Amino acid sequence: MNITLNNNSETIDREKLTVADLLQVKKFTFKMLIVKINGNIVKQQEYATAEIKEGDNVIVLHLISGG
Amino acid sequence: MINKINFYIFLHFYFLMNFEQIKSVLQNKSVGIAGCGGLGSNCAVALARVGVGKLIICDFDVIIESNLNRQYFFYDQIGIKKSHALKQNINRINPAVLVEAHDIILNEDNIPGIFSGCDVIVEAFDRADMKKMIIETVLGNMPGIPLVTGIGLSGWGNSNTIRMINTGNLYICGDGVTEATDENPPLAPRVGITANMEANTVLEILLDKH
Repeated sequence: MNITLNNNSETIDREKLTVADLLQVKKFTFKMLIVKINGNIVKQQEYATAEIKEGDNVIVLHLISGG
Repeated sequence: MINKINFYIFLHFYFLMNFEQIKSVLQNKSVGIAGCGGLGSNCAVALARVGVGKLIICDFDVIIESNLNRQYFFYDQIGIKKSHALKQNINRINPAVLVEAHDIILNEDNIPGIFSGCDVIVEAFDRADMKKMIIETVLGNMPGIPLVTGIGLSGWGNSNTIRMINTGNLYICGDGVTEATDENPPLAPRVGITANMEANTVLEILLDKH
């Protein structure tokens, strides 16, 4: 399926895709991430069930310590 | 012919206000600040100086000597709760600001209640897991309230890598990459740039939408 990931076009070789799948396929190994699908936040506990669909706009941000 | 640059110059002058007009808008605004460390103390002071009417500041911690390399506290305040000391300092700068100080550990259950009346919320935590918690809580459970965060501010130099990016109601200030470690500690100048960029982003939201 074709999606937009962090403003880049990506083709993911899957028919069905959850957030957890995407993070695995695209090798996001960093623990502290923020995920948004079409502008809506996806919470950590929803990663395994939240589905990404054809044409979705997905943003994955890294969070780091310091303040 | 109106090109893009002329358009922005027009917008700038169209919305130009003198300080009395700016204050009259800001005095009716309320900003929540989650954390009173390097980001929170400096951001709160900047917002107090320009006259934001109400600041809701939250922290559970006590000031220690090592905080003074970046946080807006004084040597004689070591040992005092950060939320209480910051309220004192804001009151000394601008007594017109109403400061609601909470000595509390923020979590996903108490954030919606404490910050429910805020026009904007500022994330000013040090730990990444706390940043994640408040972003998911505010964006997920408090629709319509903008959240300004600070991510990537350690070390020194590289001033120009600190920037603000915006996605929906989430505004991210910082360089996005430099993590705080013992070898690359957060220090007053870059923390101050980021904290003041957070405050500047709050003004952009409050004044452009008024």
